[in-house]
Amino acid sequence: MARVLLFGPLRDLAGWREKTVEASSLSGLRAALQAQDPLLGEALSGPGVQAAVDKAIVRGEAPLTALTEVAFLPPMSGG
Amino acid sequence: MKVVLQSGPFDPGALLTAFTTGRRESGAVVSFTGLARAEGGSTDILELEAYEGFTETAILEMAEAAVKRFHLDDVLVLHRVGPIAPGEAIVFVAAAAAHRREAFEAADQLMDYLKSRAPFWKKSVGPGGARWIEPTARDKTDAERWDQPDPLT
Repeated sequence: MARVLLFGPLRDLAGWREKTVEASSLSGLRAALQAQDPLLGEALSGPGVQAAVDKAIVRGEAPLTALTEVAFLPPMSGG
Repeated sequence: MKVVLQSGPFDPGALLTAFTTGRRESGAVVSFTGLARAEGGSTDILELEAYEGFTETAILEMAEAAVKRFHLDDVLVLHRVGPIAPGEAIVFVAAAAAHRREAFEAADQLMDYLKSRAPFWKKSVGPGGARWIEPTARDKTDAERWDQPDPLT
């Protein structure tokens, strides 16, 4: 289980900003989101989209617990 | 050193006065105020989204690097989040240093990094609808100017 946050265009695409999703790893979470919403699943692995686990950028795999916060960050706009 | 994300308007003059006050060793304070543009009437409102906790940390790292590189006495970054109307101040950066060159360069670099690399997502809403904005090619090349270590330091 993890608390998932979406930002920017990803939030518009999915139609939600925050959701709790059953998953014990980052790859499992991606698969769960893909199953729920194939368009979102595709966008999450799109160019320039980064994943942050508990506010640290992660490339590759990470274990998740119920308290883990996972954010998907599309390319940043800058200020 | 201070980094603030704020959802309401701010007064750049008041920030500059407060930042400048009480300094005895800083010979130079350079500040920059960025305003939201109407883009020829195509933007009614800018909506700026940050990732609370993550965005501040990223900007703080930029500020810390600038303090070290330019030998600053102090730096302040204040950035708006949420809806911002054209003409309103969106960002304020101030750098204090012993001498002016370092203060100018630090403010310049911080703004280049903020405009291209700070974790914000910016949407422009206008008569033609809403669109997400990405850094321009110019924003990116401006920021890249600072990626080489300074030959003077």
